[in-house]
Amino acid sequence: MNLLQYICSTEFLYMWIRVATPILLAALGAAVCNKAGVVNLGLEGIMLIAALFGVLGGAMGGNLFWGLLTGVGSALIVSAIFAYFHLILKANATLCGTAINTAATGLTVFVLQLATGEKGNSSSLRSFSFPEVEIPLIKDIPVVGDILSGHNALTYVAILMVVLVYILLYKTPLGLRMRAVGENPNAASSVGQDVVKVRFIAIIICGVLTGLGGMYLSMGYLDMFVRDMVAGRGFIALAACSMGQSTPVGALISSLVFAFFDGLSNILQVLQIPSQFVQMLPYLATIAGLTIFSIQQSMRAKRKMNRL
Amino acid sequence: MKLNSNKKIHLLVDSVKMALIIAIACGLVSLIVFAVSEEPGAAIYNFFIGPFTSLRRIGNIVEVASPLMFTALAVIIIFGCGQFSMIAEGSFFIGTAGAMIVAISCPLPAGIHPIAAIAFAGVLGALAALIPALLKMKWNVSELVTSIMLNYVIQFFAIYLVTYYFREMESSSLCSVQFQETATLPVLIAGTRIHAGVVLALAACAAVWLCMYRTSFGTQLRITGDNALFAKYSGLKVTGVMVAAQVIAGAIAGIGGGAELLGMYNRFKWTATPGYGWTGIVVALLARNNPILVPLAAAFIAYLNVGADIMARSSDVGREMVDIIQGVMMFLIAAEALLQGWRQRMIVKAAKAEEEARA
Repeated sequence: MNLLQYICSTEFLYMWIRVATPILLAALGAAVCNKAGVVNLGLEGIMLIAALFGVLGGAMGGNLFWGLLTGVGSALIVSAIFAYFHLILKANATLCGTAINTAATGLTVFVLQLATGEKGNSSSLRSFSFPEVEIPLIKDIPVVGDILSGHNALTYVAILMVVLVYILLYKTPLGLRMRAVGENPNAASSVGQDVVKVRFIAIIICGVLTGLGGMYLSMGYLDMFVRDMVAGRGFIALAACSMGQSTPVGALISSLVFAFFDGLSNILQVLQIPSQFVQMLPYLATIAGLTIFSIQQSMRAKRKMNRL
Repeated sequence: MKLNSNKKIHLLVDSVKMALIIAIACGLVSLIVFAVSEEPGAAIYNFFIGPFTSLRRIGNIVEVASPLMFTALAVIIIFGCGQFSMIAEGSFFIGTAGAMIVAISCPLPAGIHPIAAIAFAGVLGALAALIPALLKMKWNVSELVTSIMLNYVIQFFAIYLVTYYFREMESSSLCSVQFQETATLPVLIAGTRIHAGVVLALAACAAVWLCMYRTSFGTQLRITGDNALFAKYSGLKVTGVMVAAQVIAGAIAGIGGGAELLGMYNRFKWTATPGYGWTGIVVALLARNNPILVPLAAAFIAYLNVGADIMARSSDVGREMVDIIQGVMMFLIAAEALLQGWRQRMIVKAAKAEEEARA
């Protein structure tokens, strides 16, 4: 099949939105954290833990609500630990994030084995996925309906979150505090802002968003937990966030860019290219995207200097 | 006199903190085992005592510690100059791939073959580390993200090399054809698999220590890491130092990959990166970023891993528990404020005592 034809097909565009969802949710979380001045490398691990506990909670509690509760709860607990060590015990954020990721790889497999007796996936558990939602009016429009309607509920939550995070950051006092604390913590604290408290809240909000992104993977994208299923999406989200200059809309656009290559790698597998190169694509695209963006930034800075 | 007493206080507090963290780690192991195991006594015995029950198992500790020493040294150098590149993982893996190429396809005499293979591994490791370093230097691209992405790229590239050029067709699982016999590193102690790579690792620890504390480059590196702005205004070529440091670190990690492959295996068998780069961070932290302490720290982490393996084989507790422990240890060691109050009080007390003595 012609590649270009395929990219323009409704199936691809539908899948594009599907693969963008987890990256977008985590990137929004990273945006909140970054605005408050915290680089959260633990996104990867938080997604993984929420993905597992969402499935386990649903299976134990017997319905989706329990899954949602335990998934978000686990993400909250991990984020609180991150916040405590980084903000109160003054541990370096990068090391805290790495610690979360290290512990999460082990913890998820360990708990999975305890719960199911297997180390690979949770297929033996009954898992509750988030429902797929048909949007009333849009679903009847011929092509657009096929692309935009019928997605997982979390996809629409993610789009809603772009708006909510925008409002939070730019239209509320808390958002103003976060940006002030992120821009210059010393100045913010000199006018009486509690830097630790504001950052703590930012990390917690980031945890919820990232947790939802992780749960989408195991309760929407697939309907079970698979070992190491996050596969670098947390890191890609971090890249998407910094390419989007930590703004919600920027995060949305960069998530879509990176997800495009993720989706492309899904369909390229039918072509005569070694599969390893296809698998590399999302990561290569992230490096390339971040580099192009940074070149642009440094050129803009240079022009500004010349004008002065 | 005062400096000396401060140094003593730091040493005391640091030692107590490390002892405390190791105690917490061991306590956590017991706690988890008691929580999940049907026969916790046997599991705990296997975990803590198991690694010392035979010469072969003690050998295992040394073997597992060897690659960790290389990656920990790489981490120490990279973090030491204030950069957060996670390339040790990728450099290590591309090093194994490079060593594989030389070990399979270059016919060389026995003594030279492993040296050539490991040297090539080092070159590839250095090249891999150069990419995020250059991107950062030229355009200020975050080395943290690019290095992690590059690790994934390298992983798939190495698997591609094995699958398409060096694959053993008769095996159902993915692995390379056998290396030429001249390529493998000699075993040093009969009854174990302790190989010449371990000596190389120890030598690397000494060399990195000398480089960091006894050469002008090492001093420049440490000043850059402590305060890049200060270094810049003192006239140091900060970006040059950072790039050079990352290249050296990449070379060390690559050499580690080559030594691990030729010392422990006769085929390339990995299907994903083994994670030594990340574990190297724990080792580096545990060694308090001191190259001389790296062998000790690596041995301790290796001991935990070997213990977990033995426990997983002979009881119902999974080996992944050790990753949880390593994560917790990383948190605790990174926590600067831990015991900081005690340290502060002791320093104040010492200063006051000195003042009184003078008066």
